[in-house]
Amino acid sequence: MDWGLFTIQMLNGVQLGVLLFLLAAGLTLVFGIMDFVNLAHGSLYMMGAYFCATLVQVTDSFVLGVILALPLTALLGWLVELIVVRALYTHDHLDHVLATFGLILCFDTAVDFIWGPTGMAIPLPEILDSHIDLMGGHTFPVFRILIICTGLAVAGFLYVMVVHTRIGMLIRAGASNRTMVMALGVDIGKLFALVFAVGAALAGLAGMLIAPITEASIGMGNEIIIVAFVVIIIGGIGSIKGAFVAAMLVGLIDTMGRSFLDQLLKLFMSSESAETSAPALSAMAIYILMAMVLAFRPQGLFPPKVR
Amino acid sequence: MTLLFRTGLPAFVMVAGLGFLALLPLLAEWVDNIFLIDLFMRLMILSIAAVGLNLILGYGGMVSFGHAAYLVIGAYAVGIPAYYDVYDGFLQFAIAIFASAAVALVTGAIALRTKGVYFIMITMAFAQMVYFTFVSIEEYGADDGLTINMRSEFAGLLDIEDNFTLYYFVLVSLIAVLGLVYRIVHSRFGMVISGAKGNERRMQAVGFPTYRYRLVCYVISGAICGYAGALLGNFTNFITPEMGDWVHSGELIFMVVLGGAGSLFGPVLGTAVFILLEEYLSRLTQYWHFPFGAMLILVVIFTRGGINGMFRWIGMKSGIGGRS
Repeated sequence: MDWGLFTIQMLNGVQLGVLLFLLAAGLTLVFGIMDFVNLAHGSLYMMGAYFCATLVQVTDSFVLGVILALPLTALLGWLVELIVVRALYTHDHLDHVLATFGLILCFDTAVDFIWGPTGMAIPLPEILDSHIDLMGGHTFPVFRILIICTGLAVAGFLYVMVVHTRIGMLIRAGASNRTMVMALGVDIGKLFALVFAVGAALAGLAGMLIAPITEASIGMGNEIIIVAFVVIIIGGIGSIKGAFVAAMLVGLIDTMGRSFLDQLLKLFMSSESAETSAPALSAMAIYILMAMVLAFRPQGLFPPKVR
Repeated sequence: MTLLFRTGLPAFVMVAGLGFLALLPLLAEWVDNIFLIDLFMRLMILSIAAVGLNLILGYGGMVSFGHAAYLVIGAYAVGIPAYYDVYDGFLQFAIAIFASAAVALVTGAIALRTKGVYFIMITMAFAQMVYFTFVSIEEYGADDGLTINMRSEFAGLLDIEDNFTLYYFVLVSLIAVLGLVYRIVHSRFGMVISGAKGNERRMQAVGFPTYRYRLVCYVISGAICGYAGALLGNFTNFITPEMGDWVHSGELIFMVVLGGAGSLFGPVLGTAVFILLEEYLSRLTQYWHFPFGAMLILVVIFTRGGINGMFRWIGMKSGIGGRS
């Protein structure tokens, strides 16, 4: 076994994990507090990437691009909440799914209209575009390390905010018992608009961080949003801690499965059948994990205590 | 006549609709636009899938977000035998129905342990598994798809290579599936299903094992979609795993809800509006998804019960009938 390669894939798994966490955090809060299913969360991820790409072109600086694109994405999230989402709180989950599905169509088309059908690359400054040496002659991109550090910092920040501040207390209280929080005189509408905007900014940040690697492209959110949903279902809807643990779990399982499952399978089946079944199995791995978690623990791994 | 009044749509709309579908090929020849036949064939095939989905979604209150997977399974049940030069339609359609029923049985048994949004997500997860399975089988084209050289053969009884014959085959299938769903919904079995939608505890208290009823219902629904998938494979002659992408499952739900979930003809109507609007808008502008998405949002926010709900409302006001 090549331990250098193993380490690199572990790091890639963690990097995917923190990206998923950035997406899942907003999703799980919105879902947990207002019981709203937002399929269009992935569109905010895409919009963040496009805002950032444009701003990097204008300002010629990646860092400046991110700093300016963040409030822009938050503002967009706030508008989406105001115009579409707010009208749907009293509806059922099916209506949420359908309406936000409509939002996805609108966003994808709007991006096609404004930025054109081809993707947009985001150039990185030289410091971030380099590699560091790992053992065994392997190298690892500095930018991916930055993604990991940013993700962990945001996770820490969210933890402090949710567990140790008054806003966080209201959010947790809202997730457990909305009626009680309203009865205490808290403007839950405003609180939710805030959470929605913060969630949008986090999703946008994830998009801005991935776009230098993969380009900003139309529909980039549609694949990953499903994985983000898998994450929050595994973690337990409404739980930040659950979202973090599940995001890491899913990131690692997905990445490691894609790289090493064929070798694992070869231990106990012919190499030919291992090579045919490994790609299918590794692509399915996270869904199998979710189905297993749901079958044995329908509320997820870390359900919020009072529902 | 009771049938007509109990389906939720005024009788004249329904009969006119089916009559129109029956006469459409002649009309298409008359206006010299063969494309119309293709358009309405696709419409009817997706209608069958929507009617199948409606059985659990509308009547049973189970929102499956993965029914496009059964379409794919049905399509590959035609495609894979054809790949080995097996064109026997009886065999292909039997595989389509049994394979999708089997998948529905296994996944449904797990999914039905959950409720609400968890059910939505787990059905979608299973559909993604089906999607990735076909994506990773290189032998059958993976994500490049699989071409079907010849349509199903029915031992010389029916030649669906001919588009007209296939059209009427699809139309008869649609009517048969509508009849089947009507029978199911108005049987004791169907009463239990819709009873459990309203109040599951009460149904259990009365002594019905609702889990088993729901599972059977889910399997039938999957099998109907598998059948539609076999028709789709014959119609397109080219299949890709992409047909089972979650976006298409979303479209199927939209078709059902647009027309009115929980009514016999609602899904057909919803599919018709969906497909025709898609066709119309995509000719107007390449950005047609935008008005389409906006319309979807408006429909969800402002109407309940879809188009059929509107008909029902008008029907009640004017006393034409049309109760559910």
